[in-house]
Amino acid sequence: MTSALVDEAASTSGQVTRVSKKNRLLNGKPYRPSVDGIPTKSMMPSTTARTLTLVVLVGVLIYFLAPIFWVLVSASKSNSELISSSGFWFADIQYAQNYAKLLEWTQGDFWRWVINSVFYSTTAGVVGTLISVAAGYSLAKFRFRERGATLGFIMAGMLMPVALLTIPLYIVFNSVGLTNTIWAVLIPSCVSPFGVFLGRVYAESSVPTELLEAARLDGASEARIFFTVVLRLLAPAMVTIFLFIFVGTWNNFLLPLMMLNDSSLKPVTLGLYGMMSYFNPQKGAVMLGALLSVLPLIILFLGLQRYWQSGLAAGAVKS
Amino acid sequence: MATQQLPPSGAKTPAKLVATRGRAEAKEARSGRLFVAPFLIMFTVVFLIPMIVAIRQSFFTKKAAGGGLFGGGEAVDVFVGLENYAAVVTDTRFWAGIGRVVGYAAFQIPVMILMALALALVLDSFLTRHVTIYRLGFFLPYAVPGIVAAMVWMYMYTPEISPIVKGLSALGLDVNFMGENMILLSMANMTTWTFTGYNMLIFLAALQAIPHDLYEAARLDGATGFQVTTKIKVPMVRGAALLTVLLSIIGTIQLFNEPTVMATVNPWMGNDYTPMMMAYNTMLGQISPGGDGPASAISIVMALIAGGLAVVYALLQRKKD
Repeated sequence: MTSALVDEAASTSGQVTRVSKKNRLLNGKPYRPSVDGIPTKSMMPSTTARTLTLVVLVGVLIYFLAPIFWVLVSASKSNSELISSSGFWFADIQYAQNYAKLLEWTQGDFWRWVINSVFYSTTAGVVGTLISVAAGYSLAKFRFRERGATLGFIMAGMLMPVALLTIPLYIVFNSVGLTNTIWAVLIPSCVSPFGVFLGRVYAESSVPTELLEAARLDGASEARIFFTVVLRLLAPAMVTIFLFIFVGTWNNFLLPLMMLNDSSLKPVTLGLYGMMSYFNPQKGAVMLGALLSVLPLIILFLGLQRYWQSGLAAGAVKS
Repeated sequence: MATQQLPPSGAKTPAKLVATRGRAEAKEARSGRLFVAPFLIMFTVVFLIPMIVAIRQSFFTKKAAGGGLFGGGEAVDVFVGLENYAAVVTDTRFWAGIGRVVGYAAFQIPVMILMALALALVLDSFLTRHVTIYRLGFFLPYAVPGIVAAMVWMYMYTPEISPIVKGLSALGLDVNFMGENMILLSMANMTTWTFTGYNMLIFLAALQAIPHDLYEAARLDGATGFQVTTKIKVPMVRGAALLTVLLSIIGTIQLFNEPTVMATVNPWMGNDYTPMMMAYNTMLGQISPGGDGPASAISIVMALIAGGLAVVYALLQRKKD
């Protein structure tokens, strides 16, 4: 993992500019061979500019990371210590006590909420990815009359403010008795117009039509071609779409807030909010809950960041 | 994009050929529809039906059937025409909420987008090493769910425990992040914190797609690094800028998580601080007139405003090109 990151940093940023000892002219003077992606000496920014940039970037990095670090610190403190001790450093570490309080306040539901979140996000991710990729593949590789209109609908869906749909969705689900069931969260979370868009972009560029034709000539059915050939070719896109849906579902708040009453069905975001708003809780325990609810996502992000980037790139460059 | 037809195998008469092609086309269309069908069904359930139901509901209000002495009886849907819409557009609470959101967006979106663009330009230049660390670090807040981010910042604004408030007051500055004049800025900071890295990555992706020959050509013509940035890079990422601003407008109009969390400790914010909060609480009947009809009308008016803003922005952007 770490070495992969370093490799990537070296190849994409092109900042490796050290002069190797071997690179000497016949008269012994050093020279720098030109390497793709690395600027010539005349184009290298001055040391002052680089130092200034470093200061600014580290400052910005602190802005982005300090709250996360603060959560890590606060989660170890009791209420009185939160007030009395320095905000950015540990005092008497009480993770265990806060953990016990977290479970007590949530009446043991905390891990149930986390498991619910994992379940909602994973299921929606898997189902949503499959139907998005199938739709994207269809829109990229098949010709039928309503294709243009379908594409238009889905693109319009991408720009629809989803929160505004939540209230109408509640009305519909309530009238058919689906509110306060897992379906109320799962069904809407599976639908990702962005996933279809991404699937279509990938299918256009990485599924060769010749390959499909060859498989058809060999007598393979369309379903078989899709599951054995196409899905394999679209694997990188599928990881990206899965991530987008997974994170979107994990982070969604308004939808479960509207749809669910039952504490045992709540995802962790909703559970934490309830805990924070209904009681005047031990803040350290809430922060510990927040930390534990965010960790799975952060691990997922760090591990699969390559895919995020490619997804964002497709959105930024091709739309 | 273009799907090629199978070349006819062997020699065939034109009539046969047309028939074969017609059959192949029909088969292709059928397969295409089958692959897109699961998504379309779900899309219909989650997008289209609710939209249609919302439009229908917006013309109705629940009223007591009125059989009983005290106006009681079963509540039934009564067609009220445009009454719900009239109630929304004449409601000062709604426009106050819109006003807050627009003011918030007018400040927050430019700050966030310019910051994201500046960071992306710096990371795309030769100015720094360790790009990966910054990229990940700036992006990490995006992994924090909005509601959790709002809770964390809310605690960080709470005077008794906030290291920021304590630090500032040690410097002689007493800032009340929860004050009526400050709270929009405080929430703007939450959104900026969460989404700057995400937008930066969109810009970075667009920057990396620019052909590097352009830089070389500019260099040969004697352009400085600054000129390359302002004359080539910035104009070339205009598409990404359009995307990020549109997504931000759409995101802002739905502003809900941050004010909802802030309202738990600042009761003066009420339950209609933003239009989305108002829609939610109208749905729950905590704001009168409540229920499906009025809540649907609010959602629809908001969608129209959001769509209008997005179209206006896109047109302005196009005119500039």
